[in-house]
Order: sequence, then C-alpha cells, then structure tokens
Amino acid sequence: MIELVDIKKVFNAGKPNELTAVDGVNLGIEARQITVLKGPSGSGKTTLLSLVGCMARPTAGRIILQGREITSLPERFLTAMRRRCFGFIFQQFNLLKGISVLENVMLPAYPNGENYGALRERAMGLLAMFNLGAKAEARVEWLSGGEAQRVAIARALVNNPGVIIADEPTAHLDSRLSREFMAYMQSFKAAGKTVIIASHDPLVYESPAVDRIVDMRDGRLIAPGAAA
Amino acid sequence: MRRWIEKQRCLLDFTLSSLLRRKGKNIALAVVYTLIVFTLASVMMFTQALKKEASLILRETPEILVQKLAAGRHDLIPLSYASRIGQIRGVAEVKGRLWGYYFDPVMGANYTVMVSEDPSLDEGEILVGKGISRLRQVYKSNILSFRGCDGNYLAFKIKGTFEAESEIIASDLVLCSESDFRRLFGTPGGYATDLTVKVKNRKEIPTIAAKILQILPDTRPIRRDEILRTYDAVFDWRGGILLAVLAGAVLAFIIFAWDRAAGLSAEERREIGILKAIGWETADVLQMKFWEGLTISLSSFLLGILLAYGHVHFFSAGLFEPVLKGWSVLYPKFKLVPYVDPYQVATLFFFTVMPYTVATIVPSWRAATIDPDSVMRY
Amino acid sequence: MRKSDIFLRFILVNLALMGVIFFHARAKTEAHLPRLQQVGRMVEQLQLTDLCLTTEAWHTRNPSQADWHTPFQTHPLALEHFPSGAIVRPPESMRKPHAPVD
Repeated sequence: MIELVDIKKVFNAGKPNELTAVDGVNLGIEARQITVLKGPSGSGKTTLLSLVGCMARPTAGRIILQGREITSLPERFLTAMRRRCFGFIFQQFNLLKGISVLENVMLPAYPNGENYGALRERAMGLLAMFNLGAKAEARVEWLSGGEAQRVAIARALVNNPGVIIADEPTAHLDSRLSREFMAYMQSFKAAGKTVIIASHDPLVYESPAVDRIVDMRDGRLIAPGAAA
Repeated sequence: MRRWIEKQRCLLDFTLSSLLRRKGKNIALAVVYTLIVFTLASVMMFTQALKKEASLILRETPEILVQKLAAGRHDLIPLSYASRIGQIRGVAEVKGRLWGYYFDPVMGANYTVMVSEDPSLDEGEILVGKGISRLRQVYKSNILSFRGCDGNYLAFKIKGTFEAESEIIASDLVLCSESDFRRLFGTPGGYATDLTVKVKNRKEIPTIAAKILQILPDTRPIRRDEILRTYDAVFDWRGGILLAVLAGAVLAFIIFAWDRAAGLSAEERREIGILKAIGWETADVLQMKFWEGLTISLSSFLLGILLAYGHVHFFSAGLFEPVLKGWSVLYPKFKLVPYVDPYQVATLFFFTVMPYTVATIVPSWRAATIDPDSVMRY
Repeated sequence: MRKSDIFLRFILVNLALMGVIFFHARAKTEAHLPRLQQVGRMVEQLQLTDLCLTTEAWHTRNPSQADWHTPFQTHPLALEHFPSGAIVRPPESMRKPHAPVD
C-alpha cells in the first residue's frame, strides 16, 4: 500500500549540525496490517513515520501511496491527501489546551469545509464510542491520562482515514492503558485500517496483534522486511 | 464556494474559541481599540458637523469685507472709503460694520459687541446671546454694566436674548446701538471697524475686490469664498490635529499588535505546529490568523463608530467640552447638523482595521510555514 | 449556537445600526434645515462673518480676518486648528489676570 524507495532524510544540510536521520531505506507497508517500527531513540523511526505520513518530504528517494507517487506533490494536495488518508496519534497527544474536547476532535476536519452539523455528529459519535460523550464540552486540561489518550485517538479518526500512525503512543502510559491502546489498534485493523506504530516498548511490539516488526538503527533497517 | 464559506465559518469558530481562552486580555484589547476608534470618530464627526454647519450658515456672509491695515495690523477704517468703494461699477451697497471685543473682568470672559442696524434697538438697550445670559445669570429686563474706555460704567437694559438655535453664531454676542458702541469703545465718529460690500453680480466679486485694493492700497478686501475656505480648511481633518492624533494612534497600535503577534510565544508556535500536523495547511493557519485580527478590529471599529455617533449627536460631544473650551470661559451649547461622511468612515476603517489585521497575520507568517513534522521532533 | 454564528450576528446587527445612522443623519439634516435657514438670515442681517466656536482671547471670534494664512493667529503647522488651542484648562493660578483690572 505504501512504498518507500531509497528514502533519505537529512536535517540541517550543509550546516555543522547536519544530521542524516534516515539513510537509504527501502520499505513496503502492507494494508490492513499493524506494522511496528522498532528501534532505540535516534534510530530514525520517528522521521520515517513522518515521511510515511506525508508530514515531511524526503531529501532523496520516492514515496508511493496506493500506486501514486506523492514525493513531489505541492503542499496543498499533500496536506489534503494527508487529511483524508492518515490519522495521527502523537506521543504527547498534542491536544490544544483551553479548547473543548469536542472541538479538539473536530479540528482536523475544519479545513475540509464540510457541513458543520454532520461533522459535529460524527465527532460526538466517536466520543461516544470511547465513552467520552459526557466530556464533550470539557477542557482538555481536565482530563485524565487515559481520557486524553482516547481523545487523541478519536481525533485521529475524525476524517475516517485508512491509515493510523502512532508515534511512541505508550511512552506516557501505564501497562493497563498501553494494553488498552493495543486493543484499540486491533479493532481498527479488524475494521480494515492500516496501522503503523513507532515504538521501543515491548508491550507494543510483543503484542499478538502486531503483524510485522521493522527493526531500525542509525537511520537504516537492520533486517529489512523481517516478519514477526 | 459553499465549502469555502463553511470552512471560513469553522476557522472563525476556532478563532473565537482561541480568543476566549484569554478572555481578559482580549477584552481589554478590544476595549482599548474601541476607545481609540471612538475618540477618533468623535473628533471626526464633530468637525464634520461643524464644517457642514459653517458652510450652510455662512453662505450669507458679506460678499466682500474691507479691512484697513496699519503697520500690518487691523486698524479702524474711515467711512469716507465707503463712498469711494461705492463708486466702483458693480457695487450695490457699502455699509460700515462696528464690532469689537469686550473683556469682562468679573467673569474673565470675552464678549463680541456688535452694532445692529435694527432701529428698534434704543439707546441703552442691548440684545445678548444665551451664553452671556447663562454666564452672568441675566435675562430679559435685567441690567448689565459695561466699563467704558473712559473708566465709567454704562448700564444697559437687556431687551431680549437670542434663541438657543442661534448659539453657534450668537452665544457671545452683545448687540447695541451705534451711539452706545461709540461711547463704550471710544470709536470716533466717521470710522468703522470694517466695511461690507454687496455686489450686484456674484461673478464680479474678484474683479471688484481687486479694484478696491487698487484704489485703496492700505486696505485688505476679504472675499466670501475666502472666509468659507478658511473654515473648510480649519475643520478639514486632513490637515491638523486629527491627522497627528490618528497617525500617532495607528502607529502605536501597529507597534502594539506587532509586538503581541511577532513575539509569538513558544506556546503559540507549538499550537500552530499541532494544527499543521493534524492536517491544516499554511493557508488555513493564515486565514485563521486573519479572522483573529478581524474579529477584534472589526467589532471594535463598529462599536467605536456607533458610540461616537451617539456621543456627538445625542450628547452634544460632551466629552470634548473641556478640550474645546480651553481658556475660554463662555462656551456655546452646540446642537449640530448630524453629518456622517461615508468617505471618512471608510478612511478610518482603512487606518484602523487594516493595519491591525495585517499586523496580526504578517508576523505569524513565519510560524505558519512550520513543517508539520515539527511537533514530532520536539 | 455556534460561536461563529453569534459573532456574525453581532456584526450584522452593528452594520445594520450603521446603516440606520446614515439614514438618521440624513433625516436629521433635513430637520435642521429650517433652523439653519433662520440662522443664515441672522448672519445676513447682522453681517456676521464667523461662528462663535470659542471665546478665547488667543483665538478671538473672527478667525477669518486675523491674517491671510493663519486663521487663528498661529501657524497652520501648529496643529492647533481644532476650535481652541488648549488640550486641558490652564491651572487656576494662570486664569487670573496679572494685575487687578478694576
């Protein structure tokens, strides 16, 4: 479904703090599977994740999404496509403070210009799915860790994307919540979504729901395409 | 198109939520902004109204006014000049005008004393303006004393006061008979303060004025259109104090808004990063910033204008009274023609709303172009 | 109700009021015309040339006659052309004359 061909990403090129985060990666991500990018911090898995999710452009190489090359698409199309196809869950959740839970969930859909009533209903439905219906108007600062996690997941789903991308989702969670998270990912897989997770947490990559583990170190794949 | 409207409404929703997060600060900002617009608009409307009044009222001012100059200063003009001017072709009538200022030491106020041609005003009788009436607490049939140039006091009986409607021209006026005037000020017979000239054909005014200057080189003829133009220039807000205040206010505001937006805190930058990460384009972020600038500036502008209009026309620009009064003791009550010039309102809009909105967007430009993956690379 | 709806309604109401203002000004101007005509007649009768805006001695009442280029006996760039020249009233001590006048 997603193909990365010879991807290289260099930060601060030409400056003294030049950093090659990803170096010559060839990777194919299968649809309707949970793929985990495993590696220590600094291995480039976060960068690779952002490249897969069209958040950044590679310095070299090509990215092909569902048969279509997207490497050199202009920002407008890239962003619209990213909104449509990908849902992101960040390590820090990155919810906007001072804004209600409901509005946080609706935010990714605002640029679409769709009907407000329909959007609101959809968002409320998602919140209900995660048992957060009662907290719709609450400020995000007032939520517990588990509730915030669920809001972050709900937000990632609002545009009904085909791919869920999560960056170190369990870094700030206890074991119970981590297992709960993986349970959600499994249900998404069952619903036909593709899930890509970057993590060095054993609770994640040793989970039975995971279909494939990709090892990374120093910006390169260690054992390319090795099955779990 | 529909999508675009829906999107703008969504962005506006978010902007309002965002502004409400710092309620106190944004309300204070809006209040200050409204106050600035209110002040500028009040001054603008007040001067416009005065200008309109002046142009309408002074239409019947004497066509040519002739003053005598002596060593560059205004001097009494001999009435013999009147007959000489009367001989110029095209002149219909020449009259002498007697007027002067009287300083009332009791109140510390200046009155304008004028002679009226009205024959019904007997010696010893005067008509006074409402301003004087209020100041000295004198009314019809009361006595008002003036100190003459010889040190003696002259008592006048008030025959009546000018109506309230005429305060704008007669508030400080004292109308008396010619003999009383001459006794009060010691103006010798055969002299007047200046001369007024009525002309048969309006188009001839400039030529006649030139001729007067020719035959009487020590005089200065002033034409009606010059008088009106002077008033126009005086109230024309393009020049003078309003522009200075406006420029100052706009500048201060731009600096303020720029400082607020340019020093985008780390928090705000991070938030823009999040928005970009969840799928907002640079353009979306900038549109949101545009709404942020517009909501405050447009609301404040509209409120400021509405309040200014109310202030000027329903409260007679009461807040300006101390400013306008200055050193003067006597102050007329203005009841002005409400005149709102849409051109000026538009200009005020451009000078206040646009700079503020721009000053909110431009500094955010850099932050808006953040790479979406920046939130992942803390 | 949506926040944006509330805001847009607020703006619309204000714009409507602004429209009302323009019409009110127009209507009132019409109403003032008779007064202005009457005052105009007074101007003609008394041969007045100036409005009574301020009675400060500094400016006096006949600004159009003081000088060619300085209506108020001060230079135009003095930025003092709003009726009086002072921003605030002078202090009490300054308002008394230098020497007793009578």
